[in-house]
Amino acid sequence: MRKLVLAVSMIAVAGSAAFADPIQDRQALMKERGKLAGQLSKVVKGEEDFDAAAVLTTLKALRANAEKFDAEKLFPAGSDKGDTTAAPKIWEDMAGFKAAEDKFLANTKEAVASPPGDVDGLKAQLNTLGGDCGACHQSYRIKKG
Amino acid sequence: MAWLKKLVGAVIVLGGAGAVAGWALSAPVRLDAATLVQLSPGDAARGKRIFYAGGCASCHARPGSKGDARLQLAGGLELKTPFGTFVPPNISQDQKDGIGAWSEDDFANAMLKGVSPSGENFYPAFPYASYARMKPSDIADLYAFMKTLPAVAGKAPGHKLSFPFNIRRGIGLWKRLNLSPEPVIALPDGAPAKVLAGRYLVEGPGHCGECHTPRDFAGGVKKAEWLAGAVAAQGKGVVPNITPGGNAIKSWSESDIANYLETGFTPDFDSVGGAMVEVQQNMAQLTADDRAAIAAYLKAVPPHPNGYPARKPSN
Repeated sequence: MRKLVLAVSMIAVAGSAAFADPIQDRQALMKERGKLAGQLSKVVKGEEDFDAAAVLTTLKALRANAEKFDAEKLFPAGSDKGDTTAAPKIWEDMAGFKAAEDKFLANTKEAVASPPGDVDGLKAQLNTLGGDCGACHQSYRIKKG
Repeated sequence: MAWLKKLVGAVIVLGGAGAVAGWALSAPVRLDAATLVQLSPGDAARGKRIFYAGGCASCHARPGSKGDARLQLAGGLELKTPFGTFVPPNISQDQKDGIGAWSEDDFANAMLKGVSPSGENFYPAFPYASYARMKPSDIADLYAFMKTLPAVAGKAPGHKLSFPFNIRRGIGLWKRLNLSPEPVIALPDGAPAKVLAGRYLVEGPGHCGECHTPRDFAGGVKKAEWLAGAVAAQGKGVVPNITPGGNAIKSWSESDIANYLETGFTPDFDSVGGAMVEVQQNMAQLTADDRAAIAAYLKAVPPHPNGYPARKPSN
């Protein structure tokens, strides 16, 4: 019974924004980022027509997502434990981790400032942004079984 | 580290029982004349594709270099493995510090037999156990392309290995068990050309099995668990199971796999990570047909359960 109460109260804590679990928060942010990149990728792959206004909306959403990324808050000390694929290197090299994220933010800003006029332009921008994803995941994420 | 003790034990027993036989069996074996004559003059343009398929720069470029600097093959990266730290050497065209003085035959012996021009065994961290499956004509093309790359002075530091791994001669025995030009996966007669082409790229130059397949106690790839995924040789974490028996890419279509290799995005828009980032960048340099072939082969390999232990709930 005590365990149940404890579990319920833990869920309640996890559910309240102020005490949200940083692991869940950062995963949600990354999931959203992936979904937005996916929308752009569909256009690049020709699965959806190029619509400049819709593309710009998505790019703005990506920028907003990047602006919400607060490395200190999302990756506090100790949050390398638990259900996470964050690499220990994040905490060994927080400056490098932040720099990688800043690069992504800068590239989303640039994309919004000069939105693509056609599919080829979008393809080039998505290549840059996708490269940022990979560059960060190369060092700061590990695969687990 | 029980396997390490076992290995040390095995080496000592071997040493006592048959030092003479061991010496004979561990002798570096060079290519035969019949293979060497197949080294027609290579074509540098074609060799560029092999260079990227083989991922040469991933280990031999100066660590951290970007763009054109990745063609300066000065070596120096540190590969920290359970056997010790391997440091890929300078393979630039420098006459003294690199491989600029190597003949085409020297190069082919290194790639296909793991033997240096002076007759020493290379460590299989240099994935010649995979490259041994390559066509001599591709080796010749690669040699021609490497000749177009810059000479970079400066030797990379040596490997840091402990006994018994620091004895190069012993690798001769390892080669007897692990070195073969035969394909890993026997495909049925009449298998599509695309799958055969993919098999060549994955098993040969691409050397995908070197990371994606678990290894036995002596560091040999377990061919019965081909591409089943493995505990990463470096650092923490695992390398995914890429057979149809694993969850990593089971649900991906062939075009999903090809698109991932081209763009680095998974079908659910996660991105490539870890050591695969550089591999993906290399694969992006291949042709669309090459990537489609790799995808077709990965769909044709036998399914296996994961070649690494299940994840513990909290670590």
